[in-house]
Amino acid sequence: MAEVTLATHQRLELYYWMLLTRVFDERMLALWKQGRGVGGTFSQRGHEAIAVGAGYALGPDDVVAPMHRDLGCYLLRGLTPRRIFANLLGRATGVTAGRDANLHGLGDLSLGIVGFVSHLPQSLPTALGMAMSFVYRHEPRVALAFTGDGASSSGLFHETLNMAAVWNAPLVLLVENNQYAYSTPLHEQMKVFDIAPRAEIYGIPGIAVDGNDVEAVYAVTHEAVARARAGGGPTLIEAKTMRMLGHAIHDGAEYVPPELLAAWAQRDPIDRYRAHLLSEGAADQAELDEIAHRCEVEVEDAIAFAESSPWPDPAAVQQGVYAE
Amino acid sequence: MSATNFGFTDAPVEDGSRTITYIAAISEALRQEMRRDPDVLILGEDVGGEFGGAFKVTKGFEAEFGRNRVMNTPLAELGFTGVANGMALMGLRPVVEMQFADFISSAFDSIVQFAATAHYRFGGAVPWVIRAPCDGGIRSGPFHSQNPEAWFVHTPGLKVVAPATPADAKGLLIAAIRDHNPVIYFESKPLYRSLKGYVPAGEYVVPIGKANLVRAGEDLSIITYGAQVREALQAAARLAAQGISAEVLDLRSLKPLDTEAILATARKTGKVLVVHSANQLAGVGAEVAALIAAEAFEWLDGPVQRLGGLDTPIPFSPPLEDAYRPNAEKIYAAAQALAAF
Repeated sequence: MAEVTLATHQRLELYYWMLLTRVFDERMLALWKQGRGVGGTFSQRGHEAIAVGAGYALGPDDVVAPMHRDLGCYLLRGLTPRRIFANLLGRATGVTAGRDANLHGLGDLSLGIVGFVSHLPQSLPTALGMAMSFVYRHEPRVALAFTGDGASSSGLFHETLNMAAVWNAPLVLLVENNQYAYSTPLHEQMKVFDIAPRAEIYGIPGIAVDGNDVEAVYAVTHEAVARARAGGGPTLIEAKTMRMLGHAIHDGAEYVPPELLAAWAQRDPIDRYRAHLLSEGAADQAELDEIAHRCEVEVEDAIAFAESSPWPDPAAVQQGVYAE
Repeated sequence: MSATNFGFTDAPVEDGSRTITYIAAISEALRQEMRRDPDVLILGEDVGGEFGGAFKVTKGFEAEFGRNRVMNTPLAELGFTGVANGMALMGLRPVVEMQFADFISSAFDSIVQFAATAHYRFGGAVPWVIRAPCDGGIRSGPFHSQNPEAWFVHTPGLKVVAPATPADAKGLLIAAIRDHNPVIYFESKPLYRSLKGYVPAGEYVVPIGKANLVRAGEDLSIITYGAQVREALQAAARLAAQGISAEVLDLRSLKPLDTEAILATARKTGKVLVVHSANQLAGVGAEVAALIAAEAFEWLDGPVQRLGGLDTPIPFSPPLEDAYRPNAEKIYAAAQALAAF
């Protein structure tokens, strides 16, 4: 296990980004239940530590291709709650100005973020190409791509790992193994439940990490990013967690055994980190309450902004298909 | 129309005697663009080293430009086209060699799902070119003869071009490389070494979206592209001997289509035959015919006719492939029938 030292203010930042994700997620789900949402949306519950811990390990010039359970990563890279909430509601002020749905397509190249497509394995070669552009231009930058256990069954997962290894690319591939791809459990997805060991056949490091331990996710990603930046090539990280709600808002996930969810609920990444910070004396309850208050204010502001934002102009529907 | 350039390019004629093959024109465009712009690079299967690609288009490139700019890829079309997406997002201009156009189906998601939508979704420009060696008539069977352009013409966010001459092969490739969008460049294998033509030595661009009237006529219009332009011109020469004056419009660009040029020729002659090597059903010709029906109906003196490949896989054996694929003889017969309508 990689050893890293995080300063107290960094640990509180990790907590803040995770909690902001959680508050955003809860308010989003509540809004949808009230019928104020547009289309579908994806809960983040269970993924907060992965998105935040891994995203936090990147440098400002690095690039990332997050997916639909990585709200924390989008937030910490600089997409504001306002822009994201407006995107969820299909408004002109959203990241994609109403063109792409929910968390899909949340890209902003000025922040080093690529907007993903539903075909999740697509993020993998895209990130590899970005990494190879850094090699091409002799820039000390790294690309990070997130994907899921389902995507690890696709041919593109193999193609990308193989090419990245052959080219010794400055790339980190992170699989969020959350036990279910929509309704398909891990045992119907793969014979061996561990994905990290697959790295060995490509000749690259593969590391499994507790995806509900934000500092552990940060540490392994930090080490992989440092290795990539130093010319040491790609790393495959498997962060194990549990998707605590359905695939998307419409999905009650009745197919998930309740005892499985109950067991994982004991390991909630935010509850754990809160207890950890308090027991280590990194923060007192008043500081954590202040962070919670800040998150609630920001999310309420984002919702108010999104709901009062204009709809996109139908006359703009054909704009932007091509770059001028 | 200039006699020296056969009317195939808008570029000025500097030296009318400078004729090179279609494939040499492709190599020349690539080499000149790589010398001009350090962001242009090549990737694909077998493109590097001494080998220089299945058709030798990039022979000698690695020696001149280095391995960084002439990247041999593993056999993974979906993956390396995705790599081109990522490179292009970061401002590089990758030119991907799809070894055969037939293999482009393996790269479909990376093209139509990611590259074609990135700018619309989040403003991510993807300025790559895929070179896709297409078409048959050279006895290569079902998986080395295809013309899959219609899939991509149907995809918003892409541009699609198909040069018919050496001069256009060079000028359209330069235009494609400089375009800020994903461009699929269908180069016709049957023309590679069998078609020579005047090609300016310097750099020039044949604009994407502009058709070329390669033969003027009065009685009917043959609208086509790629290797069928040569077939159509042969047919038109035979028709002329019969007293039938056929106009030939080379589309050059399939997406966007030059609707103005299509409608102009339809309105001029009143009879249109659309020809392409790709199978006829739901092909580019269907779109051209629909456009003419909608916008030039009152000028028509006969039904818009189409001549394309049959709705079968592309067979290997010469008699079968010849039965499958349009050629000058079939164009001649179809045009004669249309002229008599």
